[in-house]
Amino acid sequence: MIAEGLLYTKDHEWAKIEGSTATVGITDYAQQLMGELTYVELPAIGKEFRVHDEMAVVESSKSASDVYSPVTGKVVEVNSNLESKPELINDDCYGSGWICKLAITDANSVENLMNAKQYEEYLKGL
Amino acid sequence: MPFISNTPDQQKQMLAEISLTMDGLFADIPPELMCSTFNLPAGLSEQQVRNHLAELADKNSTNLICFLGGGFYDHFIPAAVYSIISRGEFYTSYTPYQPELSQGTLQAIYEYQSAICRLTAMEAANASLYDGGTAMYEAMMMTLRITGRNKVIIDDSVNPIYRVMIRSYTRNLNIELEQTHSADGLANRQQILQKIDDKTAAVILQNPNFFGCIDDFTDIANAAHQKGALLIVSCYPISLGILKTPGSMGADIVTGEGQSLGMPMSFGGPYLGFMATRMQYVRKMPGRIVGETKDRFDRRAFVLTLQAREQHIRRDKATSNICSNEALCALTALVYLSLLGKEGLKQTAQLCADKASYAYQRLTAIPKVKPHFRAKWFFNEFVLDLPSEAADVIARLIEKGFAAGFPLSRYYEGMENSMLISVTEKRTKQQIGMLAEALESVL
Repeated sequence: MIAEGLLYTKDHEWAKIEGSTATVGITDYAQQLMGELTYVELPAIGKEFRVHDEMAVVESSKSASDVYSPVTGKVVEVNSNLESKPELINDDCYGSGWICKLAITDANSVENLMNAKQYEEYLKGL
Repeated sequence: MPFISNTPDQQKQMLAEISLTMDGLFADIPPELMCSTFNLPAGLSEQQVRNHLAELADKNSTNLICFLGGGFYDHFIPAAVYSIISRGEFYTSYTPYQPELSQGTLQAIYEYQSAICRLTAMEAANASLYDGGTAMYEAMMMTLRITGRNKVIIDDSVNPIYRVMIRSYTRNLNIELEQTHSADGLANRQQILQKIDDKTAAVILQNPNFFGCIDDFTDIANAAHQKGALLIVSCYPISLGILKTPGSMGADIVTGEGQSLGMPMSFGGPYLGFMATRMQYVRKMPGRIVGETKDRFDRRAFVLTLQAREQHIRRDKATSNICSNEALCALTALVYLSLLGKEGLKQTAQLCADKASYAYQRLTAIPKVKPHFRAKWFFNEFVLDLPSEAADVIARLIEKGFAAGFPLSRYYEGMENSMLISVTEKRTKQQIGMLAEALESVL
């Protein structure tokens, strides 16, 4: 399942751009590969990331993966519901399973992201 | 392990089986790397070997009356400890690679973790580390991961051997290690509180400290927490029978050397590092952790838990490179603690403190012997000042049958005449009296 209107990375993160804010999460493809999530390590508010910096960690019973920042920006909000309910990512990865919100500090950093159609093509090639 | 014979006939048979000659078998080794001789002396008979080894063993002085401490202690070990841990199921099993198959081993580790948590008043312990020093290092690295900072404050009342180890480990890492200098035998509060800032990951302290003095670090824990830093406390597990726990002082990580829990003092170990922390930091804790769960028939079962952060899954991003533990030593500690029980541990600790207190009075009554610190609070170790170099006095006391203490000049400047003396429950009133007489006679 791929949500329309979002931007995507090759590492299976999504970003929803609203003005200069990006809401970030992992895609349905990623959550299916991980299996049932048991823990999400959230970034600290105020922390700055460039594109592809390690931003968070998602952990299932059998693996742990880095989540990379899809844009360059500063963390302004984190989804603290994930601390007690990491399974929100399994249940609703594009909605209540969002990970954090970044204030975009480099508008150009958004330009290399894929749209839904491009991401769909990319997944077919994997 | 049984003796496996390897006669020329058998060699021939084995080579025939794989259709090779002996030279062919070793053909992959370049000839210049092949040994033609091992430069070993001629073989000895079994009796000659026994005699030789006995001579070597006799060079160790094992019959001295021991007042040595400084991190390792001469406690009584009930015979049942050896009987239980030397059972084949425990003694020969290596760290389990298919852990859930070894429910007995996992249960033993789980019980050990629970015992360490109760002893330290912490919430989660790991399956053990190599020794007290590596446990302290791992705790320090853990605080860097938790806080994302890189400044660490350590007081010089922390075991100097641990401090040397930490320095070796961190020499090539980007860690700002700041040492404070203890004041009158206690951690230097003024310096520590001054140095804690918003770059500080941890303050590392020890209780009782290397000089044997006891302290309460609650104020330092509070000051550290106010700046977002953590407190690591290394402790002597026997002392926790009567002393305030690091957990109740507000420590975030507690480590220590577990040798005193049923393991003999032996050069090079094997020893036992223990580590416990608060639940909120458990995912940053290195090493194996055994957890309790239920199997599909709803029976109590044990698993290795939080494995996703370890190196066989997380590779270079793993929490640590610890992939084993000191399972037999951890079991020893568990068996020892179970045999003593809560009251037994309390009594042991009280006996240590009482006998040390008696020895302190007896030894400081000698005219030329003075206590080094004004601070009076110690557990089972204290520092005495002698009229001449402590190392010389100690050497003379060895001739009289005593391992009288540790010369502090080895690690502390200006303490040439100071000796660290430790007293455990094993020392008798008579032995303490004999030490006092011997000491007086060599001064």
